[in-house]
Amino acid sequence: MSAAPGRSQASAHRSPQGEGTSMNAANTPSTAPLLELSGVHTHIAAYHILHGVNLTVPRAEVTMLLGRNGAGKTTTLRTIMGLWRASQGTVRLAGQDITRLATPQIAGLGVAYVPENMGIFADLTVKENMVLAARSARTAAHIDGERLAWIFQLFPAVEKFWNHPAGKLSGGQKQMLAVARAIVEPRDLLIVDEPSKGLAPAIINNMIDAFDQLKQRGVTILLVEQNINFAKRLGDSVAVMDNGVVVHAGRMAALAKDEALQQSLLGLAL
Amino acid sequence: MNWRELDWKPLALVPVLALAVLPFIGSPSTWLTLTVAGLAMGMIIFIIASGLTLVFGLMDVLNFGHGVFIALGAFVAVSVLGGMSDWTGSQELWRNLVAVIPAMVVAMLVAGAVGLAFERFIVRPVYGQHLKQILITMGGMIIGEEIIKMVWGPAQIPLPLPAGMQGSLFIGDAAIEKYRLIAVIVGLLVFGLLAWTLARTKVGLLIRAGVQDREMVESLGYRIRRLFVGVFVAGSALAGLGGVMWGLYQQSVIPQMGAHVNVLIFIVIIIGGLGSTGGALIGALLVGLMANYTGFLVPKVALFSNIALMVAVLLWRPQGVYAVTSR
Repeated sequence: MSAAPGRSQASAHRSPQGEGTSMNAANTPSTAPLLELSGVHTHIAAYHILHGVNLTVPRAEVTMLLGRNGAGKTTTLRTIMGLWRASQGTVRLAGQDITRLATPQIAGLGVAYVPENMGIFADLTVKENMVLAARSARTAAHIDGERLAWIFQLFPAVEKFWNHPAGKLSGGQKQMLAVARAIVEPRDLLIVDEPSKGLAPAIINNMIDAFDQLKQRGVTILLVEQNINFAKRLGDSVAVMDNGVVVHAGRMAALAKDEALQQSLLGLAL
Repeated sequence: MNWRELDWKPLALVPVLALAVLPFIGSPSTWLTLTVAGLAMGMIIFIIASGLTLVFGLMDVLNFGHGVFIALGAFVAVSVLGGMSDWTGSQELWRNLVAVIPAMVVAMLVAGAVGLAFERFIVRPVYGQHLKQILITMGGMIIGEEIIKMVWGPAQIPLPLPAGMQGSLFIGDAAIEKYRLIAVIVGLLVFGLLAWTLARTKVGLLIRAGVQDREMVESLGYRIRRLFVGVFVAGSALAGLGGVMWGLYQQSVIPQMGAHVNVLIFIVIIIGGLGSTGGALIGALLVGLMANYTGFLVPKVALFSNIALMVAVLLWRPQGVYAVTSR
């Protein structure tokens, strides 16, 4: 079993410097939300899925997008990424209208996306998955070593299975790789669809730790989640969706305290 | 590459097939002659099929017009070599190569350029629509054939091997045609170059990733359409190269040769697993060997034999010998 060469654990605990940047340097004031959806409608074939979504994602916070199955959470994320086209409404990133941009252009603006199925390239090795995600790196040697050491510290499985086919990893290891891939280079906005789905509690804690460190470093995170405890531990703000619209938006802490509101919005208590 | 995790069973198919027919053929020298002929034919088919399998794998495009690039390459070679008869008539191999290599390069350039136009005007309007892809690319091939007839005429044209490539080498009693050895060497060079590009370069990584999940490649910030155009042009150029080699192998060219070879290359990419270059190599070698063995043993079933081979492989592995994960 071969691990990534030359990565010292000693340097792993140092937190790499500053995330992102193109958007942090944008003309919009730093208090303005990083991402804004206004009246977004999305159709998939003959089906009208989003019915005017209004969503605000504040900078340097973790925003949880909650809701029952079929509420439109994944469609919202895919619409933000340009994977499905909004038929009406606008999506703004750091003040820039990205509604009509193609997916690679949106990613190029500093948005990382982890889909629900993780999007792992199963026939490629873990290393090759990481090299692909690092757009500025031609080979693994060109990936920022300090950042890679930090990722190895967050997700040891990525280092342990560095030269192994990604398809051979367990579900939890694949999820770690998916998130590791998304953060291999600095990004301003990290969008993750159900990161805790099907994971063991220990791995969920690992994920929470990773997102927490990213938040500390100023990364804005938008998470779709079904695991309420996960949402409660990590979320700063929250939006709840139902039937293709956002029916509640506010602070996560406030929702966590208000059991009646939880019951009415989600049908459960946190 | 982690050798312990290599799926070796498909690799064993080629030697297993070759050894299994040895008792039926009887004479080891005849068997060796047929085997080298089969490998040479397989290598030429692989050169042609490698681009097609990547085009399908990367963008889910069924290009039934791939054969037109084969014919185009072969006819361009007729013109180029026709003007270099002093070189092709020489008994010295290096003088022959001075003629054949430019013919291959020009054929690849012309086929690649036509491939660029083919992708832009014929394939691009029908992305994601398989039935329309089949109809319009077949239509494109028919138009291409007619244009070839207009330029070079409808009749079969001889494409003799350069003098230095004619004749055979003898290993014991076995006669090995020189050109077949050259075809094997060129095929190995193309495979080596492809394998190196796919395994060692970032473009290769993107192609392999795009074959598995093109949406995710786009989400990582790469424009897969541009990559696809590049692969389509490279695939067309390789088909042009394969056309030159096929024409020299048959020592004649006809405008319909692309349609004839098309059947074989689709069998090859289905056997190999759609989108798999390594699978295409295995499939091409199996098809080449099978065609030569059955042509010698039971000529009446030679045409059917490759279909039977494909059915047998699909019964074993329904997605081809090297199925691309997540397709």
